Amino acid sequence: MHLTDTEKAMRDGAGGEAVAAAMDLLIRYGNALGAERLVETDNVAGAFNASTPSVRKIAENGMAEVFSRLNLDSDKTVEIPQMAARTCQLITGIDDQNWALQGADPQMVQMQRDSEAFVGQRGVNLMATCTPYQVGNVPTFGEHCAWMESSAVIYCNGALGGRTNVEGKESTGAAALTGRIPYWGYHLTENRYGNRHIRVEVPVRSMLDWGLLGYFTGEMVEENIPVLEGQMSGVDLVKLKHFGAAAASSGGVEMYHIPGHTPEARIADEAFGPNRAEDFHVYDAAARKKMYDTLQSAEDRKVDFIMLGCPHNSIEQVGRIAHLLDGKRLHPDVALWVHTPRAIRTVAERSGYVARIEAAGGKVMSDTCPAISRRLPEGVRVIATDSAKQAHYLPAIAKVQGWFGSLEACIEAGLTGTWKGDF
Amino acid sequence: METLTTPLLIRGRGVVSGRVEGEALVTTQTISGWGGINERDGSIIERRHELVGQSFAGKILVFPGAKGSSGWSAFFHMTRINGVAPAAMLFTRMTTKMALGAVVTRVPAMTDFDADVFTEIRTGDHVVVDADAGTVEVTRR
Repeated sequence: MHLTDTEKAMRDGAGGEAVAAAMDLLIRYGNALGAERLVETDNVAGAFNASTPSVRKIAENGMAEVFSRLNLDSDKTVEIPQMAARTCQLITGIDDQNWALQGADPQMVQMQRDSEAFVGQRGVNLMATCTPYQVGNVPTFGEHCAWMESSAVIYCNGALGGRTNVEGKESTGAAALTGRIPYWGYHLTENRYGNRHIRVEVPVRSMLDWGLLGYFTGEMVEENIPVLEGQMSGVDLVKLKHFGAAAASSGGVEMYHIPGHTPEARIADEAFGPNRAEDFHVYDAAARKKMYDTLQSAEDRKVDFIMLGCPHNSIEQVGRIAHLLDGKRLHPDVALWVHTPRAIRTVAERSGYVARIEAAGGKVMSDTCPAISRRLPEGVRVIATDSAKQAHYLPAIAKVQGWFGSLEACIEAGLTGTWKGDF
Repeated sequence: METLTTPLLIRGRGVVSGRVEGEALVTTQTISGWGGINERDGSIIERRHELVGQSFAGKILVFPGAKGSSGWSAFFHMTRINGVAPAAMLFTRMTTKMALGAVVTRVPAMTDFDADVFTEIRTGDHVVVDADAGTVEVTRR
């Protein structure tokens, strides 16, 4: 891989040991990819937190060791300087305010706080959400980024026209300290054109519709780039957030085009560029029903936990939940958690949404989610969620049964304790 | 019973250097890291995966590549720290998740093969991976 003189100097230690370790990892990683060179980035979204039991042993030796080993893949513990690139923290494992409700160990909470103090001191913005684009990190068109979090990556590429691959805990650590990432994959224009075609022949309007379409898209195209045309309406931030998270869960979709709506294609020809669709898929009523059935992993209709907010909810989504729960009471056997970034929670509190959700017996959480934290209310056996991503992952992670459906179906289950579903 | 035929030789590109031999675990399905594996025992936990419940610890893992969450590298990184990493990774689809995961797992890894590894290698076969020489030797078991 070609390195500039500046990059060679970084590798050779001119920027200190941490920068050298970071550059060493980027070189190993770039060579593994077969990348020709690195590209400059000033927009990094990574996971610098220490909030899982497996990190505890390393954290006992200090946060510099956590960063060195887990964010730089360095066997030597190096002193960590200020971040060179604009850097934010994605979702963590512990809600800093509701940790007791999560059942988190106070020692782990302290470890998380120590870790946040350590990286905050070094310039990491503690957004603590899987949706940094909702709380201040909105890449500009064509901006080279180094982001983790599959649902954020597909949003950055598909919805915003920023450029990032799916990075990891180690490569984002290295990018933050060097302002570099391998110039490969979605950083190159020629790799961003569509190569699969999906024709939508059933109306896609509601959040449920967009989630199911996303799940279908991932199932059909795997890691390819779909171009979607047909009966889609109501395209907005929240729908694309939901769609992308689902597509990135069932497949490995990191980029897509909805001509006329997403920034890199006004018409299908622009979306495909020099490519031709190698496969053609039809999304119809039968495909929609099949996706709905695929997402169910429960048999028992007695529900004990409603999980909302994956990816983290927007302010409108929190407001909608408050509206649906207004003046009502959850079934006594059911817990309901709403997840939203802490910055949005502040607005939700001010708007009265948090109070209305809590008056119904629900909780508003931030910083984490049950799939990431692996923490659910005690004794939960059957969950319901409006998130295709959470329905895909949480049952396996938490060994619970999972129902998937619309927000309205989830709220109804919360109020009655029984799952009825949407079909 | 062990056969006495010459091992099959497959060539490919080394992704992470090193030489190792062991027993193959083969799947034609991509693997999720976060939510797909248990990093404490090296087992596959994705409920619809054909290898669900099986462990890749110490095996030559032959698979198309990575899918799912960006926690992929961190979870395979933890399998190394927990001593339950695969012995080697042979994969066919290069992605950033896959490349970074292989690099931080620090086991010999290869891709770009001159043969179809999913038909030439079967679970249980004895496999010698030499990522520096760019060779995979397969002995049917």
